Amino acid sequence: MTEERTLIAETCARLFAEHLDAEVFSAAEAGEFPQRLWDAITENGLDRILVPEAKGGSGLGWEDAHVVLFAAGRHAAPVPLAEAIAAGWLLGHVPDGIVTLADREQMRVPWGRDAGHMVVSNADSGLSSVSLEGAAITQDRNIGRDPRDRVALEGLTPAGNESESVQAAGALVRSCQMAGAVSAVLDLCVTYTNERVQFGRPIGRFQAIQQQLAVMAGEAAAAGVAACAACRMVDADGDLVMAAATAKIRTGEAAGKAANIAHQVHGAIGFTEEYRLHHLTRRLWAWRSEFGAEGEWAAMLGRLVASRGPDKLWPDLTDG
Amino acid sequence: MQAFAFEPCELPAGADALRADVRAFLEAELADFPVSQRARSWVGFDAEFSRKLGERGWLGMTWLEPWGQGRSALERYVVIEELLAAGAPVAAHWIAERQSGPLILRFGTDEQRAKLLPGIAAGETYFCIGMSEPDSGSDLASIRSKAEPGERNGEKGWVVNGRKVWTTYAQHSHYMIALLRTGEAGKNRHGGTTQFVIDLSSPGVTVQPIRNMIGDEEFNEVTFDDVFVPAGMLVGEEGNGWRQVTAELSFERSGPDRFLSAFALLKALVHVAGEDPSDMAATAIGRLHAHLTTLRAMSLSVAAQLDAGAEPALEAAFVKDLGVVFEQSIPEIAHQVVGAAPRIDHGEGFEQALAYVQQACVSFSLRGGTTEIMRGVIARGLGLR
Repeated sequence: MTEERTLIAETCARLFAEHLDAEVFSAAEAGEFPQRLWDAITENGLDRILVPEAKGGSGLGWEDAHVVLFAAGRHAAPVPLAEAIAAGWLLGHVPDGIVTLADREQMRVPWGRDAGHMVVSNADSGLSSVSLEGAAITQDRNIGRDPRDRVALEGLTPAGNESESVQAAGALVRSCQMAGAVSAVLDLCVTYTNERVQFGRPIGRFQAIQQQLAVMAGEAAAAGVAACAACRMVDADGDLVMAAATAKIRTGEAAGKAANIAHQVHGAIGFTEEYRLHHLTRRLWAWRSEFGAEGEWAAMLGRLVASRGPDKLWPDLTDG
Repeated sequence: MQAFAFEPCELPAGADALRADVRAFLEAELADFPVSQRARSWVGFDAEFSRKLGERGWLGMTWLEPWGQGRSALERYVVIEELLAAGAPVAAHWIAERQSGPLILRFGTDEQRAKLLPGIAAGETYFCIGMSEPDSGSDLASIRSKAEPGERNGEKGWVVNGRKVWTTYAQHSHYMIALLRTGEAGKNRHGGTTQFVIDLSSPGVTVQPIRNMIGDEEFNEVTFDDVFVPAGMLVGEEGNGWRQVTAELSFERSGPDRFLSAFALLKALVHVAGEDPSDMAATAIGRLHAHLTTLRAMSLSVAAQLDAGAEPALEAAFVKDLGVVFEQSIPEIAHQVVGAAPRIDHGEGFEQALAYVQQACVSFSLRGGTTEIMRGVIARGLGLR
């Protein structure tokens, strides 16, 4: 990792450790926007990391943004940071206030109730940012208990399917978050199974547990590589949709597998409200279905691969 | 914090031109090579083909002059992934070039290098690996085949007795790199083993093929009866076998041969799915494609780490574990999404490729360390036990 990325990672780790504790989670999941955490994020400019410097951002690339998103995922941060990063990249600037992305025909808009603007596309005008002033909001939550609201806005009809770029940018940021969250789940599991004693020894000494955690670690490794590689591909002007599809398919699969294994090895304690594993696992299950579930992206990618034919399969993989 | 790291890897300048050269060569050489043969991947044996690769300088290319050309491991990676993707018959030189050569280069003497490396780079000298024994499979530290100090015709050396099994293509190989017991195992069980180069034409060596369930003769039982091995053929340090083998296995476990063994079948699957595939086929292909892209990025990262002199044993174990799960899923998925049965004597390329891979794939998670052993390595690397 470059020095700059190491610095970004350290800043994120410190910021989330300082502003995100059990109390903040409880309040956020009960519907209170974590303003102090959000202020710390925006003061550090993390939300504008992909916005050009001339427009008030950091002018950095996706591989740098990956570090921020990975950290946000590791901490299951209940804030619209990923949405802001994607929106900043799509628009090339940041509107005032909180900005979010349309997902699922504006039926599940992250933090729709708190956002001032939403990035949408419609058939006529393409990609744009619309003000949510006066929008009719129906509040809802995903199973991470983060706001996913239905947004109805006069004059704005749902495009049917969000533009490919909004959906793909959303999928890419979710992939990075999932990679981070899976790595945090792995760490929790290693620590817990080394400490929890049954039959006279730490359960991490049992092969049955070791084999499961090895599978999870492989998923964590693959998710990390998939998300980072997709970010690098976009930085290199590669195909955004291909990159996002690959990352979302692989990290989404890792999310499901890791969450299941984590709960199995934790036993009953992992099913309690008190223990923090569920902050991560509930969000993994939510995130994997947002901005296109793995199955939807796989069908799209598979059609693309098939239309290119078998003889292009290998050249496309290596030349891209 | 995470116990493993996969830094992204950039292919060097010139990789594209090299790739184009290899591709053009393969197109011409393998123009009439059927899918059923391509499906055999790195188990396909063709000495003539290996010699042609040697002539082009594509074997041992990373070795320093005078043995090789001092090119980067990533350039070699480009060559081998092209060979594997084409399903080229590379078995003759595969093990020699992948791990025996690098082992000799790293731990061997100048005399051993001069004697053995030129033949490997020419695609003419073939090696097999003598690790497993009838009573030592996954528990490699328990090997009993032994080398004892001895003399023959006034020459000092070692006398070898014992048996090795599952030795791939020993019947076609000139040498074996054998892990043999030379002393007590000691408390951690990893001591007292040493690696030797054994000339398989030596008196007292018997090679007996063991027919596999597909009906092919690939692996063998190799018996040593008072086989004399000259002192100069001990590789590295006496008693250091375990550490040397561990280093060698990182080369064996992380390459593209750990996820491209069934590529011919994947390609055939895309072919039979057609330009307008069913939803089920499209979803399956998209998922496999995403896995393959990710595995390749992981494997390239390990190659870059090996090139930089690191020993990424944990990262290599991830590539092998995930890679074989991926390879083994291809016949399973092909079976589910295409209404075609595997066929041996007739049928389309897809049916024949499926027939081979369906049977062969059970060995993918055994060779080079079983999945259970890989996961044990990973668990230890994570800090468990």
